[in-house]
Amino acid sequence: MADSTAHAAPAEHTSTGLPSTKLAMWLFLASECLLFGALITTYVLYRGASTTGPYPNEIFDIRYTSVSSFVLLASSLTMVLALTAADQRDFARMRLWLIATAMLGLTFVGGQVYEFTSFYHEGLTLKSNLFGTTFYVLTGFHGVHVTVGILMLLSLVGMSWAGRLPDDQAFPVEMVGLYWHFVDIVWIVIFTVVYLVPQAKPAG
Amino acid sequence: MTMEGLDEFQEEIGAEGLADPREAGHARRRHPSAKEYVRIGVILVVLTTLEVWTSYSGLPHGLMITMLFGLAFVKFVLVVLWYMHLRFDDARYSRFFIMGAAGAGILFLVVLLLLKAFAR
Repeated sequence: MADSTAHAAPAEHTSTGLPSTKLAMWLFLASECLLFGALITTYVLYRGASTTGPYPNEIFDIRYTSVSSFVLLASSLTMVLALTAADQRDFARMRLWLIATAMLGLTFVGGQVYEFTSFYHEGLTLKSNLFGTTFYVLTGFHGVHVTVGILMLLSLVGMSWAGRLPDDQAFPVEMVGLYWHFVDIVWIVIFTVVYLVPQAKPAG
Repeated sequence: MTMEGLDEFQEEIGAEGLADPREAGHARRRHPSAKEYVRIGVILVVLTTLEVWTSYSGLPHGLMITMLFGLAFVKFVLVVLWYMHLRFDDARYSRFFIMGAAGAGILFLVVLLLLKAFAR
């Protein structure tokens, strides 16, 4: 891999030999696995248990949600391209990719707000049935995580512009990237469990 | 911690591939190139397209569910290994993440088995 890139954590002396910030980020992501694990479990537990509508198959628009999934996947790609640019110390390009990632994230969140609004107009509220409660809590939590990720990305861009990032800007970009990709892998699971699997019910 | 203490600590934990703690943070690890990232991105798009096609394909229910979860698993692993760099980083990060993911999986299985069983 001749053209591979590499980056280092800021020099720090730790008893583990690993940068504490990165270790803490992975621990945080492990705890987030448990949070989303609990939410997904709750959704699956009550799937098909609603006694009143609207039901998933009546309101889901898989084509629309698929586009949102592609948007979030694309944002993961732009995120790693930002990291590559930071590795190469091309900070202007890094900021451009970070802004692109934030914009794609905003598109995803905007799409989710639109989806929630249309579901609300079709009668699905947080209290209407078990599906509504578990669906809004699960996807809502994910949407909040994406929104936090967007704020982190825009903060990175602002700090980079203001010259307030450390000399090796790749490290903070990698940390925010880990969070962003985590949000992406959670969506991979949600997209399958919530949107695609209900469609797989045999007709009749 | 003294230098001797650090040496003892390193011997004690005997972690493979562990850099000298005194050089923490200095280790430079190889990460994929932009071209490789794009290649992974294309694979992810293809897999997602295949997922959506599968949900409309009218395949037998069991096969469809297996395919959907299989494809999601492959996508999950690709992102974690390449975009989150677990394939290239220190193995201890992987252990932390696997602990969390396994915890979520166990929670899922235990709750579903217990509550579905009680519901009958």
